[in-house]
Amino acid sequence: MNTPRSRDWPLWEVFVRSRRGLSHVHVGSLHAPDAEMALRNARDLYTRRQEGVSLWVVPAAAITASSPDEKDSFFEPAADKIYRHPTFYEVPEGVEHL
Amino acid sequence: MSDPAGQSANGGATTAHVRYVLALADDALIASQRMGEWIASAPELEEDVALANIGLDLLGQARSLLAHAGRLEGAGRGEDDLAYFRDERDFLNVQLVERENGDFAVTMARLLLLSTYLHELWSALRTSSDETLAAIAAKAVKEVDYHVDHARMWVLRLGDGTEESHARMQAGLEAEWPYSEELFDDSHVDPALVEAGAAIDPATLRDAWQRRVAAVVSEATLALPDVRPAVTGGRRGVHTEQMGYLLAEMQYLARSHPGASW
Repeated sequence: MNTPRSRDWPLWEVFVRSRRGLSHVHVGSLHAPDAEMALRNARDLYTRRQEGVSLWVVPAAAITASSPDEKDSFFEPAADKIYRHPTFYEVPEGVEHL
Repeated sequence: MSDPAGQSANGGATTAHVRYVLALADDALIASQRMGEWIASAPELEEDVALANIGLDLLGQARSLLAHAGRLEGAGRGEDDLAYFRDERDFLNVQLVERENGDFAVTMARLLLLSTYLHELWSALRTSSDETLAAIAAKAVKEVDYHVDHARMWVLRLGDGTEESHARMQAGLEAEWPYSEELFDDSHVDPALVEAGAAIDPATLRDAWQRRVAAVVSEATLALPDVRPAVTGGRRGVHTEQMGYLLAEMQYLARSHPGASW
């Protein structure tokens, strides 16, 4: 096949919800010419073994990601602040689902 | 139809019934084989997988139908015997499905014509009095619905795309259109089977098919081809030259190593 423009197909990130009640989880990416085709490609590539009941596709270009260079300033400061974890109070008896 | 509707050896299935199911099976089997040829040759990796999925759906339908035909026939032939050890003249598929793939637009044109027909067919066969056929239809109709969608997506994009993609999509339609006529050939369907509610007279699917295909073609800014139907004979076992090559490839392994498995 002669597909001179195929390299121009944008990249899409794929999110699959595996069943009702769970959130969509990132599973991978693919190339597609537009959103409709991206959704169909995602169906064929990522749900052919019954992995999901709902799909999102997002243009990879629309995602703003944190940079590895900023790792220290972004994430390091949380390391020594254990008081942020909800482990310093007692849960009354009989309270479920906390 | 040349074959009389005689009783076969087992409980009541007629030869016409067996041949009807075989024709359905062969359409799916041969279309599947052609679809598989796209693996690793489609325009994009994503499309390789999409076409492989469609081919596998068709293969699944073919297997159920061949097994059903074998049981109806009652001569002890299973799905593999029917797929691998029949000769060209015993295959009853339409010539549309055996034609060489051509370029991607040709394949998408064929997929649109074929799967729109199959969607109408399986929708109707869900209420077949042949319960196995009805069960196969109920499953197949959802699969084929997706095949129609896939073909439609591409016909719209290629038809309403660049000048070149428009021209090639139109050429694909022109190439495949003459072979769509055979889908509605009812000469191989025994009226008694239709009467009994087991089979569908394919001619009755034509109007709905024409409407749906015309809608896609027009939305894609393409023109319905004005070409004469091809002279065909697939339902009588008369095939094009390309069918022999297809069968040679499909049947080679099973015939060289009978009973091979993995």
